[in-house]
Amino acid sequence: MAGKQVFFENVNEGGSMPEFVSEPLTETQFVMYAGASGDFNPLHTVHSFGEMVGYGGVIGHGMLSMAVVGRGITDWLGNKALKKFGVSFRAVTKPKDVITVKGVVSKKYTEGGNNCIDIDLVAENQRGETVVTGNATAALPSKS
Amino acid sequence: MVDKSIIGREYPAFTFEVEKGKIREFARAIGDKNPLYYDEKAAKEAGFEGIAIPPSFPTVFAMAGGLMEVMLGDLKLDLAKILHGGQQYEYFKPIKPGDTVTGKVRIANAFEKSGKGGTMDFIVMETTYTNQNGEKVLVDTSTMIQRR
Repeated sequence: MAGKQVFFENVNEGGSMPEFVSEPLTETQFVMYAGASGDFNPLHTVHSFGEMVGYGGVIGHGMLSMAVVGRGITDWLGNKALKKFGVSFRAVTKPKDVITVKGVVSKKYTEGGNNCIDIDLVAENQRGETVVTGNATAALPSKS
Repeated sequence: MVDKSIIGREYPAFTFEVEKGKIREFARAIGDKNPLYYDEKAAKEAGFEGIAIPPSFPTVFAMAGGLMEVMLGDLKLDLAKILHGGQQYEYFKPIKPGDTVTGKVRIANAFEKSGKGGTMDFIVMETTYTNQNGEKVLVDTSTMIQRR
């Protein structure tokens, strides 16, 4: 849930984004996400297909992992700040996985009249394996 | 082998109407209970013109636009060997419920890369979205990987 407004003055290079921890992922959620996103790759919803491809069952959508990372960002900075948001998918997710999203402010600067921060992002599963790495650029309001 | 001649290839534009029901369905699927995604009054009080949109919601435009089918058909890719390697969004203007966005896709890059898993083919698709006023709102850069 979105917290209070974060101002440019509140963040510093090297500072951390509040850690975000997802609910355990479920097969039902993969079905919901398939319907909501329109990505009906059977890898995410059809158990036998996931077995055939060698995952032993269904795996989560990469874009669901990105959405979880996005929740970490919007919970912290709200829904108006993002200028860029990118991820690389490093490992698959499976039902019951719990994703923890962490971020570090790598750069704080002013550009084109915007007060910007760059954030390095990483999402890990409950075994500490990296699921997603990413980065984001956000423009923040100033107190002054 | 990835066919380098596909770089620069463009596909016909597609449109998508941004509906609040779809936004709520998406927010529910990603487990986000933020009232800004559900409650118009709360969103307007927070300075939005309609309910807010999760940062990765634009994937819905791409899926509705049939980008996956484009990739699989035109580029003769095999669904069982394709991975979504990476995804990037650059946001230029707010997108709100009621907007109609138009997406234009081009193949921005195609290359092969060798790693410990062997050689894989990378295809980068770039989709530029404009809204109903002709304003550029978003650029979606999607990297697909095909295992050999």
